[in-house]
Amino acid sequence: MEPATQARLSQLRGNAPAKRHNARTVAALTGNPGCARRAVLDAAGIDKNALAAQVGFPAKFGQSQFAITRGNSFEAQVKANGYAQLVRMLRETLGLDIEEVGSKDLETVGGNESQELRHIRARQALQAAVEGREPLTFLDHPLLRLDVGGNNVYLEPDLVAFHHDGVLHVVEIKSFAIIDDQADGSKVAAAARQSAVYVLALRRLLGDDRVSHDVVLVCPKDFSNQPTAVKIDVRKQLIILDHQLTRLARIESLVELLPPGVSLDLATHTREELLTTLATMEARYEPSCLNSCEMAYLCRHEAAGCTSALGATVREELGGVETVARALELAAGRAVPSVEENDAAAMLRNTARIYGSVAPA
Amino acid sequence: MSAISSYARALAVDGGRAFPIATRRHVHIAGEPLVLIPLTMAGEANAPLAAMVGTRRDDPALLIVPQPRNRDLRFAFADELAAVVLRYVEDRTRQGIETYGKNQDPRYLDAPQLLVPNPGGVGFVRLFGRSTRFRRTTGEYAVSPDVPLLGRWLSFLAERAEHPGSSALLPMTSALNLHWATGQSSLEDTNLAATLGWITSGPDAAREAEDPTVWPPAGPSTDPTFDNEILAPALRQWDEGRHERARALLDRDLRTQLEPTWRLMWQAIDLLRALPAGDSVDARWTEDRNEFTSYYMYVNSGGYPQPRRDQAVAAARRLQRLEREQTAFDATLALDDPLVMANYRVTGEAFAGTVVESEPDRKVPGDKGRRVLRPLLVVRSDDPLRLTVGTDVVSPGRRKQVAKILEIDGDRVTLQIEKGMTVAPTPAVGEEITYTSVFPEGMQSPKLPTAEDTPWTHGGPPQPYVASDDDAREVWE
Amino acid sequence: MTPAFLSEQATLAILDDFRSGQHRGVVVDSPPGAGKSTLVVRAAAELVEDGQRLMIVAQTNEQVDDLTVNLAGRLPGALIGRLSGGSYVRSERLARLANVACDTAVAALTGCAVTIATAAKWAYVKDHSWEWAIVDEAYQMRSDALLAVAPRFERALFVGDPGQLDPFSVVENDRWRGLTWDPMQSAVAGLLRNNPGLPVHRLPVSWRLPSTAQPVIAPAFYPFTGFRTGTGPGERELTYTTTGFGRTPVDRVLATAASSGWGYLELPARHTMRTDGEAVEAVADVARRFLHRGTMARSGDKVEPVTADRIAVGAAHRDQVAALQAALADAPGITVDTANRLQGREYDVTVVLHPLSGRRDATAFHLEAGRLCVLTSRHRQACVVVGRAGIHELLDAHPSVEPVHLHEPVKFPDGWAANQTVMTHLEQHRVPA
Ligand code: SF4
Repeated sequence: MEPATQARLSQLRGNAPAKRHNARTVAALTGNPGCARRAVLDAAGIDKNALAAQVGFPAKFGQSQFAITRGNSFEAQVKANGYAQLVRMLRETLGLDIEEVGSKDLETVGGNESQELRHIRARQALQAAVEGREPLTFLDHPLLRLDVGGNNVYLEPDLVAFHHDGVLHVVEIKSFAIIDDQADGSKVAAAARQSAVYVLALRRLLGDDRVSHDVVLVCPKDFSNQPTAVKIDVRKQLIILDHQLTRLARIESLVELLPPGVSLDLATHTREELLTTLATMEARYEPSCLNSCEMAYLCRHEAAGCTSALGATVREELGGVETVARALELAAGRAVPSVEENDAAAMLRNTARIYGSVAPA
Repeated sequence: MSAISSYARALAVDGGRAFPIATRRHVHIAGEPLVLIPLTMAGEANAPLAAMVGTRRDDPALLIVPQPRNRDLRFAFADELAAVVLRYVEDRTRQGIETYGKNQDPRYLDAPQLLVPNPGGVGFVRLFGRSTRFRRTTGEYAVSPDVPLLGRWLSFLAERAEHPGSSALLPMTSALNLHWATGQSSLEDTNLAATLGWITSGPDAAREAEDPTVWPPAGPSTDPTFDNEILAPALRQWDEGRHERARALLDRDLRTQLEPTWRLMWQAIDLLRALPAGDSVDARWTEDRNEFTSYYMYVNSGGYPQPRRDQAVAAARRLQRLEREQTAFDATLALDDPLVMANYRVTGEAFAGTVVESEPDRKVPGDKGRRVLRPLLVVRSDDPLRLTVGTDVVSPGRRKQVAKILEIDGDRVTLQIEKGMTVAPTPAVGEEITYTSVFPEGMQSPKLPTAEDTPWTHGGPPQPYVASDDDAREVWE
Repeated sequence: MTPAFLSEQATLAILDDFRSGQHRGVVVDSPPGAGKSTLVVRAAAELVEDGQRLMIVAQTNEQVDDLTVNLAGRLPGALIGRLSGGSYVRSERLARLANVACDTAVAALTGCAVTIATAAKWAYVKDHSWEWAIVDEAYQMRSDALLAVAPRFERALFVGDPGQLDPFSVVENDRWRGLTWDPMQSAVAGLLRNNPGLPVHRLPVSWRLPSTAQPVIAPAFYPFTGFRTGTGPGERELTYTTTGFGRTPVDRVLATAASSGWGYLELPARHTMRTDGEAVEAVADVARRFLHRGTMARSGDKVEPVTADRIAVGAAHRDQVAALQAALADAPGITVDTANRLQGREYDVTVVLHPLSGRRDATAFHLEAGRLCVLTSRHRQACVVVGRAGIHELLDAHPSVEPVHLHEPVKFPDGWAANQTVMTHLEQHRVPA
């Protein structure tokens, strides 16, 4: 990234420490890639949760301590006794004749090691493993790096890489259940997208043929605490991710659209100032934002009265007209449609007439 | 979703209240429905935390699991829930029995109806049924005999919920959204308090509904802040051995979480009851009664619990049946309700208008040379006419009288009555009439092989189900 | 190696595998226009000449009639039984054939060497079975339909195009996801999941598509197997007997189509209704213009006029088709239909309303690879696509976010990626309207 852009982004963030990227946030970038507001906020490492709360539209992504506890204890259980359960499942799922030969936890050693150093350490260990120079089966918490919209970001190292015969597999441990061989399709999809981020980062580091597109998902089985593993082919997610990251509107061009000198520093700006600054970043709200983005309640508030706030299908069925008020004016014949609105107006008038002919008064 | 419901959503945004998208009630609401609001523990696989349940609005029972991670306590909860559900099921059979059809098959006059707040509630019923129906009542992991029975009934109800038109297990949000369009997105419609807010008050009520401190979530997931600040300390009391104190706290706190939703459920029931029932509602409920009767008899004759997954033949058979039911449901809904029919008028699969010409006595040469009665009529309509010449159509008031479109000329449609001239008089000049090509035809499904004859293309005959100790053990590990 | 040689080699290998009796099923993947029907007729004829009897399953009455006519011609000495449902009216072309027997009851056709019917009709046949069967258009067939007919045969050849649209259901239900016998999947998908060892062949040469289609259709829709076209550069040619008025966009796109086999007429960016009046007019103009310009199609040495029946117009939605039909009321011979109904058909030139034209979002329906594949692979000479500017940006903003189901094989190509590939190619043949 250009130093100038870097400077603009850090100015935007102010004195707050930068939020770190993780596979979830990178995967989310491909979820609503048309939204410039989120792209800029994420690139600047702004804490969207705090920002949303500060402007009076707090996100509702609170996490229950029960879910966190369960997630942690499940992960610990899977990794316990030198990854014993994991080895057994990998043998069964991947049909590999493996023996655990050694493992390395790449979590911080010294405490104040820089990200750069941690990343180098991870890279060396991974390379040593796939090149057969060091007998390692599991590499836990490697700190990876990925170019996102021209911006090099470090990924929160929530993964285990499993090495076998010169090839790495990403192992994703999740605490949602697999019941009778089925799991929630959207949760699996989210896990697949996140794994694809790691696969891509690993491939850029080690080469495509060193990292398998089959990732291993480990979840509790049925209603028990016993883990079970299943292979997931993330080739589709990789195609999309790769394409998105290359075509992702360059952060540079988005940053250039910002008025000079603006900042979203929560410590130094009032709610009104923050809102004014946010208003300069174009949002693209859709109802699914409520499940995926911390800014959703603000963006929904701004989108009130827009047909898009009702969902893409509704917008389409209202002829693609931008606002509800305009759609109703056209439907009632109270407004003269522009050339572009002609088709929509005819359809809306017809719908309104038919609705009016049968709806109770 | 359709052009009509989207338009009604726009009206709702503008008018500040929900707008109707049905003039009739298309679900059956039983005289004595069993209302169930389940709550689960975050992070666990469908581990029950509490439930409010009952058939009377002033007398809900509150069942709680003082430590959801304790599997014995979960099954104690299952036992308590079983007492309520099984008594309810048993009571249905006391309303009497009739016989029907040429085989004089028996059919109970009533059937169970379980009402839950949202689709998540249906998911709870399905999974709780799954986690209890295979339990054993003897041996190492024995549970009370009612628990596996509860599992079968919950599984039965959850399976019925997949059938289009069944009212055996209804998520209240879906039932409301079938009849009203709110001014929010369908994603937000799954919040019961918000949907009801739009129907009974307006957008402010709907926004308020999103505040978990005002309207606690209608389950099965709980509010994370509640988990962290209220539930966690109470569970700690239990873990530290102060059981009575824990129960008292949980009883109080969970009641405050559940009671608001309980009131909403009954408010929704009142709203739905106030709508006049569609003509086909009773026939569909009769199907629910049929299914209830046969399953009741199957269970009482010691039948197996429902299998975990469908085998090949069962899967194909189920799909074909669901397809038949979906087609029939979509069509009868429109025939029962002009506001639903409006959807088809917008897309051009139906048209409404006035009869401008009618020839009830018209005769044409038939196949065998004789002249046959083929009444003719012309309907003038303002609707977009997209049906093509030669299409068969019926009218809501004359479902058995099939007409064929002979000609479309501008806004005039010429029709010839082909079948059922005697079931109703030919529409007369001046009559307002609607015709549609969407009607339930006698869809046939091919005969499939028996399970033992499953062909090699589909994996061959499956292993027959044998209950095993694994079934009983799985939950304890 | 010549295409004919490659094709013959593949066919021999298929017939060998099928007749060897070593496999109960043999699957043949066939890209568009790769000689699928020829293969079916040849396999059937060889069995009959060997004294065997067989049954053939096709999906639509039209497909059954086509095969019946071809078989009756190829096997003049054998009796072909055409089994039909009660409402089927025997077509003219069948009535004329002496060696075809039509009946609604299979018992009346017991003397036939070949008995042929739709899958829907076969599902009602009981108590008869055959040693050999051929299932045509097997990727269009749903797995539960195969379950209903499979008891009728011992072994079968399954032929179809994996790039076409998946079978469809009005029911949305995930309860069978992950099961190898999921009734909602295609017959071939289920067959292979339950019998992973079965041989899968493919026909390597598309005889229909011109050489200009290969670099687009093969990587976009057949990413792992690919195919080559039977004809090379210069063997097909589109010419116009009258000259254009000059520089109208429609004439320019016709010129592009003639020189490159592709044309992309791009209307100004605008969000529109599905039945975008301007786009519909533009599609109709292009189709009509092919007629008015006295278009001639050369294939090898043969030159023939492109008459209305050699032109097809395709769109994604039925309301779009209705609007296009109305706009082309003055050119009644031109076929106008949805992708679903254009499957398996072939024309000299096609004009396509891009499924994403004027849209604000891209849903799973619009991104389905099979839909775009059908629309852009019906032509022998050229395909002109009409769309609003902005499709590429739309694709970028709407990557597919489908749920992922465990134990379900990933289906390729990915519709979103295929759309990107096709769009990137079309932009090279862009003519602004
Ligand atoms: S919530 Fe707002 S900022 Fe976040 S993705 Fe949606 S539109 Fe963009």
